[in-house]
Amino acid sequence: MLDKVIFYFFAAIAVGSALLMITRKSAVHSAIFLTTTLLATAGIFLQLRAEFLFIVQIILYVGGIMVLFIFVIMLVNLDVAAQQIQYSRQKWVALALSLALAGWVGTMIWQAGQLPGQGLLVRGAAAAETLPPNAEAVAQSLFGPYMLSFEIASLLLLVAMIGAVVMAKKKV
Amino acid sequence: MMNHLYELLKIVLASPYTLPVIYGIVIVAVLPLVAGYVVLVERKVMADMQARLGPMRVGPHGLLQPIADAVKLLLKEDIIPEKADVWIFWLAPIVSMTAGMLALAPVGIGPAFQIAKDIDVGILFIAGISSLGIFGIVLGGWASNSHYSLMGALRSAAQLVSYETAAGMALVSGLLLGGSLQIRTLVEEQAKQGVWFVALAPIAFFIYLVASIAETNRAPFDLPEAESELVAGYMTEYSGFRWSLYFLAEYANMMVVGSVATTIFLGGWLRPFSSVGGAAGRAIDTVPGALLLGVAAYCLYRAPKQPVTVQKLVMVAVAGLCAAVAAALLAPVFVAQALWMKPAIHGAFWFLLKVGGYIYLFMWLRFTLPRYRFDQLMRLGWYFLIPVSIVNVMGIGIALVLHWERGMHLALALGLTTLMTLVVAGFLVRAELKREEQLRQAATGDAYAG
Amino acid sequence: MAETTQNGAGPAGGGSVQQTLLGADELILNMGPQHPSTHGVLRVKLKLDGERVAGSECVIGYLHRGVEKIAEHRTYQQFAPYVDRMDYVAAVSNGLGYCETVEKLMGVEAPPRAKVIRTLLTELQRIASHLLWLATHALDIGALTPLFYCFREREEILKILEKYCGARLTTHAFRIGGLQYDAYDTLEKDVERFCADFLKRIEEYEDLLTGNRIWLGRTRGVGVLSAEDAIAMGVTGPVLRASGVQWDIRKAMPYAAYDQFEFDIPVGKNGDTFDRYVVRMEEMRQSVRICRQAIEKIPAGPILAKVGKVLKPPVGEVYHAIEAPKGELGYYIVSDGTVQPYRVRIRPPSFINLQAFDKMARGHLVADVVAIIGTLDIVLGEVDR
Repeated sequence: MLDKVIFYFFAAIAVGSALLMITRKSAVHSAIFLTTTLLATAGIFLQLRAEFLFIVQIILYVGGIMVLFIFVIMLVNLDVAAQQIQYSRQKWVALALSLALAGWVGTMIWQAGQLPGQGLLVRGAAAAETLPPNAEAVAQSLFGPYMLSFEIASLLLLVAMIGAVVMAKKKV
Repeated sequence: MMNHLYELLKIVLASPYTLPVIYGIVIVAVLPLVAGYVVLVERKVMADMQARLGPMRVGPHGLLQPIADAVKLLLKEDIIPEKADVWIFWLAPIVSMTAGMLALAPVGIGPAFQIAKDIDVGILFIAGISSLGIFGIVLGGWASNSHYSLMGALRSAAQLVSYETAAGMALVSGLLLGGSLQIRTLVEEQAKQGVWFVALAPIAFFIYLVASIAETNRAPFDLPEAESELVAGYMTEYSGFRWSLYFLAEYANMMVVGSVATTIFLGGWLRPFSSVGGAAGRAIDTVPGALLLGVAAYCLYRAPKQPVTVQKLVMVAVAGLCAAVAAALLAPVFVAQALWMKPAIHGAFWFLLKVGGYIYLFMWLRFTLPRYRFDQLMRLGWYFLIPVSIVNVMGIGIALVLHWERGMHLALALGLTTLMTLVVAGFLVRAELKREEQLRQAATGDAYAG
Repeated sequence: MAETTQNGAGPAGGGSVQQTLLGADELILNMGPQHPSTHGVLRVKLKLDGERVAGSECVIGYLHRGVEKIAEHRTYQQFAPYVDRMDYVAAVSNGLGYCETVEKLMGVEAPPRAKVIRTLLTELQRIASHLLWLATHALDIGALTPLFYCFREREEILKILEKYCGARLTTHAFRIGGLQYDAYDTLEKDVERFCADFLKRIEEYEDLLTGNRIWLGRTRGVGVLSAEDAIAMGVTGPVLRASGVQWDIRKAMPYAAYDQFEFDIPVGKNGDTFDRYVVRMEEMRQSVRICRQAIEKIPAGPILAKVGKVLKPPVGEVYHAIEAPKGELGYYIVSDGTVQPYRVRIRPPSFINLQAFDKMARGHLVADVVAIIGTLDIVLGEVDR
């Protein structure tokens, strides 16, 4: 029961923020709502007892990526462009696309509800005592079965970092 | 009707969520007051180091100064710059304050005092939520609608991000030794191994000390908010209550980093030599009570020398308070029935003492050292602290492998690590000094140009 | 050039972006007359190229009080209190310069006792001025504590001055022809006690600052002024000596009783902020040396030469300069034979030294500008008169 309440609370925040994010005129406001969406997603992780994922989501997404987004938005004066109303010519295409998408998702949900015993249930969290310690479990899988992908991802990040430093290097 | 309420009360009290909620409310209510008094302590310590007395007028010995400041800030006119983004202007200090308070949730003041549940990823939680505080700064600078506030805010955020890496690496060194992210486990590991991790990984502690000073924007790393700088800091346009939220967030952050350092490096709520039992153990256990009794005695000694009656009474009251706390501290040691109190009260005492010492070190450094220029600050973070902390982590990893796989004595292995890290640090320092010398030659030689 | 003002900010900062002909953005940053670090009402317009200072312009005059014009309508004695208000940090030096200039004009000399006491008080004032400089300079760079230590010592000197002439800041200590007040009975003891104490205190300041890596990083290589530039611009005082030029008026053209005392002139090497700091610290020590010699050597005798109540100097002009704490303080007085001077022109050291600011600040980061203004040791009362 409590699981459901918490889930719907965070889900509502997530969906609501996402909606607000795409309808704001100011880029900074959108960024803030994106942050709220990410935080709400982290909350859902927490509700599922995936504590490590919860905090890593906050550290990486919110503390890293969103801070970068906000830096860029603030340094590049986007607001001037964003204040201009640009929606006029794209209205009809947007309407058609969104109707198609809504139809598709609605069909999916309806069909999921038809499946026996499935449907949209809110997964309850496993009892805390039955789970191995979170960070350990993630570490076991990262350095066990998924070792290769982990190393490739780290290498990719290293390359990106070096590339960024090389591109940004200039005489101060 | 009353029965209903009684039943409800029983359900609420039995629920596992009640205590954390109560603790949470206590934090939110009490933290501003505590932070206010930490500010008073800072002003008194500052005054002491500067050969003067500090606040003395408001209340006896200035004890009511934080209250007066709070009242003043609440009553100040709320000025919002003309073209400022009102919504973000309102949001920014709240984000800072929330991040600061929330980070205190998993901190364990004693073996039983966990605010929230002892979350599995306690230390990571604190680090992550502290990084949310960056938002408060950046949004505050943005909302002020001033180019220079924004620059100051972005600089401050850049500083925070840079030193976060070094701080994180330093913490990882401690976590490797402790083997878990959980706060209680870390302290218990230190109890089990019989030594505080600061003795095993001193360089990590030092790096964390420096990085945490930069994380909280304290001197000597406080250029973005310095008063004598041209670029106005992110806090400029904030006045009154909003400004006080930022200010309190800074002191809350100080308490958070102090708690983290204490937990990982300084043994948390353990007393010194926690594994020593018997008579020596009991002797050390009497230290807290003895200290407080000493303070009480000193207050009683100074009481007659106060010029004003109110101050005399306050001294006597303080002495009484210290004596009462001392009694509570000594009771478990000498009275067997009170033994159940011991872990909680003694743990709390030692923890608060260590955090207090750490914060005192912050204050001491603030009043002694001049300020780093921003580029020097960033150099220190990226060119010195991060490489040294990375080398330190690798070294500790190697030492632990040697200890577990090869059976080398842990202290020996870690001693080698420390040596290696010091050598690397020495190389870096030498390179830095050479570079500075070259720059200076260029500057002095180039005096003819331009 | 179209000027687009982008934003307004608080009183201490505000910028406007100018499009230069090349299209590059050049920012003009105004460090307004109200600013915690400009040591008075100085306005500095900085032209920034990114983070670096590409040029600057000092706008002065916010404290102009027309002192030189006033001088033409006062008698020589009436004008004496006015000169204290120029360099209000070191009022005694101003008074010494003025009194000696008028004495030179009139062809009288102060009696030996007066000369030695004048020297003693002037050296004490030099220490006080340098202490204030150190306090504010360190505060600008971020060291919060030397401020209070320096003011503690300065308080002792001001107490001595107050005991001597009744005033701490604008002392009007000297009279034309000598002194009005004789040395009070415990003057020697007070000064000796102060000197003994002060040498220990200087060690305290040096402990806090001189070896400190952060202080060195903020001051070494910052604001370099070469010897040629310094001489070309007429810079004098510790700024000149730190650039390597050995020139001190107390040694080159001795006045008052300086030829009776032994002291050294500290000279720097690189002409950067750190050298100016070292030079001024050493000057304080040398001043203590002079004070100690002075209290031994105070001769007996009268304190005021026979100048009469109404001063009518002969027609003529004279220029006389002294080594004030901030540099060469010169007075050029033209007399037309009446009781009021025809023209008094004051050569303030801070005014001339401030010219060097542009040269010193170029190429540095904005954060260094504050250090450079501090190291020049300017007093706006003197710059603007």
